Amino acid sequence: MYSPEVTQASNFVQGVDTAFLVILGISFFFLIVLTVVMIYFIYKYNRKRNPVATQIHGNTTLEIIWTVVPFLLTMVMFYYGWAGWKPMQKAPKDSMEITVYGRMWNFSFEYENGKRTDTLFLPKDQPIKLNLVAMDVLHSLYIPAFRVKQDMVPGMENNFMWFEPQREGIFELYCAEYCGLQHSYMYTYVKVMEENEFTDWLVDTTQVAALDIESPTATGKRIMQNIGCFACHSLDGSKLVGPSFKGIWGEEHTVVTGKETRQVLVDEEYIKSSIYDPNEDVVEGFSKGLMLSYRGQLSDDDITNIVEYLKTLK
Amino acid sequence: MQTAHSANEANYLTYKGKYKGLLGWIFSTDHKRIGLLYLYSILTMFSVGVLLGLAMKFELLAPGKTIMEAQTYNSAFTVHGVIMIFMVVIPGLPAVFGNIMLPIMIGAKDVAFPKLNLLSWWLYVLGVILVLAALMFGSGAPDTGWTFYAPYSFKSGTNLLPAVFGAFVLGFSSILTGLNFLVTIHRLRCPGMKWTKMPLFVWTLYGTAWIQLLATPVVGITLVLVALERMFGIGVFDPALGGDPVLYQHLFWIYSHPAVYVMILPAMGAISEIIPTFSQKQIFGYKAIIASTMAIAFVGYLVWGHHMFTAGMSGTAQYYFSLLTFIVAIPSAIKVFNWISTMYKGSINVQTPLYWAASFVFVFLIGGLSGLVLGALATDIYVHDTAFVVAHFHYIVFGGTGFAFFAAAHYWFPKIYGRMYDKGWANTGWLVFFIGFLALYTPMFYLGMMGMPRRYYDYLDEFHSGNILSTFGSWIMVTGLVIIVVNLVRSARKGEPAEMNPWHSKTLEWTVSSPPPVENFDELPVIAEDDGPYNYK
Repeated sequence: MYSPEVTQASNFVQGVDTAFLVILGISFFFLIVLTVVMIYFIYKYNRKRNPVATQIHGNTTLEIIWTVVPFLLTMVMFYYGWAGWKPMQKAPKDSMEITVYGRMWNFSFEYENGKRTDTLFLPKDQPIKLNLVAMDVLHSLYIPAFRVKQDMVPGMENNFMWFEPQREGIFELYCAEYCGLQHSYMYTYVKVMEENEFTDWLVDTTQVAALDIESPTATGKRIMQNIGCFACHSLDGSKLVGPSFKGIWGEEHTVVTGKETRQVLVDEEYIKSSIYDPNEDVVEGFSKGLMLSYRGQLSDDDITNIVEYLKTLK
Repeated sequence: MQTAHSANEANYLTYKGKYKGLLGWIFSTDHKRIGLLYLYSILTMFSVGVLLGLAMKFELLAPGKTIMEAQTYNSAFTVHGVIMIFMVVIPGLPAVFGNIMLPIMIGAKDVAFPKLNLLSWWLYVLGVILVLAALMFGSGAPDTGWTFYAPYSFKSGTNLLPAVFGAFVLGFSSILTGLNFLVTIHRLRCPGMKWTKMPLFVWTLYGTAWIQLLATPVVGITLVLVALERMFGIGVFDPALGGDPVLYQHLFWIYSHPAVYVMILPAMGAISEIIPTFSQKQIFGYKAIIASTMAIAFVGYLVWGHHMFTAGMSGTAQYYFSLLTFIVAIPSAIKVFNWISTMYKGSINVQTPLYWAASFVFVFLIGGLSGLVLGALATDIYVHDTAFVVAHFHYIVFGGTGFAFFAAAHYWFPKIYGRMYDKGWANTGWLVFFIGFLALYTPMFYLGMMGMPRRYYDYLDEFHSGNILSTFGSWIMVTGLVIIVVNLVRSARKGEPAEMNPWHSKTLEWTVSSPPPVENFDELPVIAEDDGPYNYK
C-alpha cells in the first residue's frame, strides 16, 4: 500500500515518486487552468451577455505555441519516467538471489540454501534479485511499497526483478495479473529484517509458518489458500474431489469410519482429525485415500486459525 | 411523426417500402434506418453491460462475498468488458451517428454500398448472438477478462470459443463499415464539398474508418489463432506447447490500442460540431483539428506496447513505446486548446448538448492526463494492472466516448426524430449522471495509487472506503442514466415537433427537414466557394 509515511522502503521509491510528482503536477495545472478558462468563457460569452459572436478562424502562432509547449512538457515527463525506471533494468552482481514460484493461487519463495516459504523474508540494505517462474498461467509480482512490478510468464527464461529494501517492516505483495478464480486471494507479505536477524531466520529450518499479522479468520483463509485446500474443497457448496466447506461448521454429517456409517458433529476436534488423519472418517459419497495427512505441515495454531475461518462459511 | 416541413412526403421513419412493420426496418438499406437499428441494438447491449457493472460495484461494496461468488464476479467483468468494448463503444458513434449523419453531412443520398451497410448490421447482430450464446449455454460464461490473455484463456474450462468467434464476427462488421465510409467520403461528396469544406465529424469518421479497415484484421487473425490453439493445440501462444504468451499480447494490442482511437476520434468529431454550433462561431483552427485527427489515427498504430511495460518486453522496446505514447498525447491536447478557443468571444447558447460537450472536455482532460501517468515508464510500473488503469480507461471510453455519445444524441435528436426533448429533464439527467460518474470512477484513481490491483473480487480492509464511495457513485450514475433515457424515449413519441434547424447550425444535415426525407435531398446541394460548415455570420 502507498503511504506517505512509508518513504524509502526501497531504492526505487525516490525515482518513481519524483516522476509521479512531476507528471501529476503538470497534469493538475493543465486540468485546473483549462477547466477554469472554459467555464469562464461559457459565463463571459454567454448569449445574454454577448449576443453577437466575433468570428475568429484561428491563429497560427497560437497553434504553434500549443503544439511546441506540450511537446516539451511531454518530453520532460518522459524523461522522469525513464529516469525512475532505468535502474530497475539491471540487477547488481552482488544481489542475493531468490527464486519466486507463482502458481494458481499462491507464491512460494526459494532461498539459495533451499529454504522455501510462503512469505518473503528479506534482509535490509542488501540488493535482492527475484527470479520469476510462473508454473501455470501469467501472474505479476507487485510490491507497492517498493514501487516494483513484473509479470511472471510461463516458459520465459531470465525473467527477474530486483530492488534493495531500505526499511524494516511488513509490506503487502500482490499478484497483479488476473489469473483465474482466486486471483484476489493471491497475495502474501514481505518482511524486511535487520541483516543478522535475517541470517538467524535463514539458517533456522524449522520456521516455515506464515506471518500472523491479520485476524485469525483472514490468516486461516490464507493458510488454506497457500497450502491448496481449495483445489479440492469448494467454498460455494459445489462438489469437487472433496466435500465443500460451505456451511459445515456445527452441522451433523454422515461419515464412513472403517466400514461403519456414523453421524459426527463438525467441531474443532473433528476438523483437526480430518486434517491430521484424513482417511479415518470419510464423508459419505467421497473416496478414501485421495487426501494425505497434513501432520507436520500445519501446526495446531494454524488449525485454530483455519477453524475460525470455517466458522464464517455459512 | 411529421413536421410542417415534410407534411406532404413520407420521411425516413414513416415511408413504406417493400416490407411492412419490423421487416421494413431490418431489411431496409436506408442509412438512417440502419443507424437507428444500430442505436436500438447498441442501447440494448449497453443496458446489459450497465447491469453487469452495477452488480460488480455492488459486490465490491464490502470485502468478502457481498452478493456473488468469485466465479460469477470474474465472468461478470469479462462479459461486461466484451459487451462494452466490442458491442457498444467500438461501433458506438460511427455506426449510429456516422450512419445517420455522414451521407447527409456530405450531401449524399446514402452511403456508397447500402446493402453492405445492412450486412454490417446483420453481422453485428450475429456476433452479439454468438457471444450471448456463450453466456447462456455450455459450461458457463467466459472468465478470462475481455483481453483473453494466454495461456489462461487456454486453461479456463469455460465457454470461450463461441465468445471469441462472436468477437471475430463483430470485427468483420467493423471492417465493412469502415470500408463503406471510406468509399462514401471519397466518392460521394456533393459538388463543391472539397476536403477542406468537410465537417470535422466527417473528418474524424474518415480517420476512424482507416483504423477499422487496417487494424481490425489483426484481431481477427489473433482470435482465429486462439480458436485453432484451443481446438487443435497448434502451440502459438501456449508455453506448454512451445508458444509465447507475450506474442499474444502484442497481437491483441496491435488491434486493441488503435481501437481506442476508433472509440474516441468520432467522439472528438461530434464535440467539434457541437461547440461551434452552440458558440455560433467559426471553429478555431479547422486545419489544426484535421491534422491532429490524422496524426492520432497514424501514431495510434505505434503505441500498443504501453499496455505491456511489465510484460517482459525488451528495455529498448519499452523506451520507444513510452516516447511514442507521449507524442500521441499532443494532438489530443491541440484539440482541447482549439475547442476552448472556439468558445472565446462566441455567443454561447447554453443548452443540453453544450453541457454534455463541456463536461466531455473536463472528463476527457482527466482521462488524458491520467494517461500520461500510464505512458511514463516508472509510474506505469507502479500503477499498471491496478484500479488506476480501470479509472483511466473509464474516463476515456465512458467519460470521453460516452459523454460525446450523449452530447451527440441530444444534439441530433430533433433531426433524427423530428421532435424536441424536454430540456429540463435532459439537464437534470445530465447533472445527476455527471455527479454519479465522478463519484464512481474518481475513487478508483485513489485505490490504484494505494496499490489495489484490478479484477479483484475481494480486497483488504484498507481499500474499503474508496470502494464504498465508488459503489454509491454507481447508483447515482445509473439514476441519471434512467432519467436521460426515459426522457429521450418519451420525447421521441410525444415531444414538441422540432424545427428544421433548432440550434442554427451551418452543416448540411440541418438544411433538410426533420426527420429527413427518404433519400435526404431531392436535388444534390452545391457548396458555394465562400460557404463552409462553420461559416457563421
